[in-house]
Amino acid sequence: MNVLLDHFPEFRDGFIGTVSITAVSSVIALVLGVLVAGFRVSPVPPLRFFGTLWVNLLRNTPLTLLFLVSFFVVPEIFFPGMSPFVLGALALGFYTSAFVAEAVRSGISTVPLGQAEAARSLGMTFSQTLRMIVLPQATRTVLPPLSSIFIALTKNSAIAGAFSVTELFGWTTLMSEQGYAIGPIFVWVAAAYLVVTFSISGIFRVLERRMEVAR
Amino acid sequence: MSASVLYDAPGPKARVRNRIYAVAGTVAIVALLAVSVLRLSDKGHLDPAMWDIFNYAGIRQNIADALLATLKAFGLAAVGSLVLGVALAVARLSDKAPVRVLATGFIELFRSIPLLITIYAVWVAFLTDYSLWALAIGLSIYNGCVQAEVLRAGVNAVPKGQREAAYALGMTKTQVMTTVLMPQAVRAMLPTIISQLVVTLKDTSLGFVILYPELLYSARLIASNTQVNGQYPYVSTIVVFGAIYIALCLALSALATWIEKRGRRAKTGIAVPDAAAKEIVLIADAGQALGNNTGGPDGPGITKN
Repeated sequence: MNVLLDHFPEFRDGFIGTVSITAVSSVIALVLGVLVAGFRVSPVPPLRFFGTLWVNLLRNTPLTLLFLVSFFVVPEIFFPGMSPFVLGALALGFYTSAFVAEAVRSGISTVPLGQAEAARSLGMTFSQTLRMIVLPQATRTVLPPLSSIFIALTKNSAIAGAFSVTELFGWTTLMSEQGYAIGPIFVWVAAAYLVVTFSISGIFRVLERRMEVAR
Repeated sequence: MSASVLYDAPGPKARVRNRIYAVAGTVAIVALLAVSVLRLSDKGHLDPAMWDIFNYAGIRQNIADALLATLKAFGLAAVGSLVLGVALAVARLSDKAPVRVLATGFIELFRSIPLLITIYAVWVAFLTDYSLWALAIGLSIYNGCVQAEVLRAGVNAVPKGQREAAYALGMTKTQVMTTVLMPQAVRAMLPTIISQLVVTLKDTSLGFVILYPELLYSARLIASNTQVNGQYPYVSTIVVFGAIYIALCLALSALATWIEKRGRRAKTGIAVPDAAAKEIVLIADAGQALGNNTGGPDGPGITKN
């Protein structure tokens, strides 16, 4: 009980940190993921190869290693002096983009064949078919896995706390080092994460209901 | 829908255009890589001396020890998570309401808390001096919950007639579960279970938070304790350790794909889901996604025969 009341400002900052790093990296992951999924089904072989490589490489790397890359290698190449928040969001976003790409790709494959055939017979190009016909219809099947992916992203954002980003895991270690019992800390942090993950699944449930189509 | 449905067979114009895109894309990627390599070598990260550190026996010994430590934690966590997974799945499918509620609560709680925080809490609260066990137990709890959901989905996917037939033969509930339902569930879910084991393997890297000397921890140790020409060899260390991790994970993933192909060949039993398609949803949230992801030629979910 005490631990929350005594250190509420830090807890609030941690909560805001978790929410904002999750939000920023979700956007990165969504944009990159859809782009890479497009690459993977494109008619240009090198782009397809690049998409496959991207997904397989990122999916088989521990996220912690990506954080190391992001914090120690990336600043050596581009824009030195980025804040830990940006670097952490980049690592999280890139990692999650591989999962988003796979979800979108399997969503594309659930759109009935006739849709793409009809689009092509109207003379649409590949990008038109994908953008105007297939992706909007794929959205419906992609939403449930996307919700799980973003929940996982929220949980993965704890790793950023170990890399000096202000968020809830940072609060956990801070409080435990100040000598508070781990039990109550754990309960409060768990409650905070539950709030975030339940809101995400709530948002997605609303979206799913909006997109529902009676067939 | 296979990818080729999305575009026509290229005519002469489209072929030229595709070739232009191909060249432009390749050039862009190669340019990005070239800039990265140039910048790194400008800063001296690609000097032979940076890579020479891996010729020292001490560092090689460190890597071997770390690899062993990672595999040890993975082995313990794999066994622990599978045992816990079976127990939780059975508990969640139990007829007794208190058992079911407890199991459901446990699964939902630990699946929604970051693994890192679970590991840290186990370490601080119970096992401060035994980081290997803290890591293994933390991993077992989290992955056990996920495996339980996978197994539950598998059990639910077994055709109803199987259970009814077993009861009709006079089998007890335990017998039905252990000799009829579980074997079929495990067989159908094997690719997914192995995909989750790949996740477990990757997650052993979280051991660095509790100072367990696994691969990533020793990567940081090596990189921050060795100085070459006044610089820390982060780039070379990350490349070497990244290669080790990717090789380990790809080997396990390949096993999952192989088992899945083998399962597809056999026509009996319930359909084996697509490991690659499953993996994505699984990492996140097994039960929910497994329930939703049915249909689609690329990722057939759990279909009832």
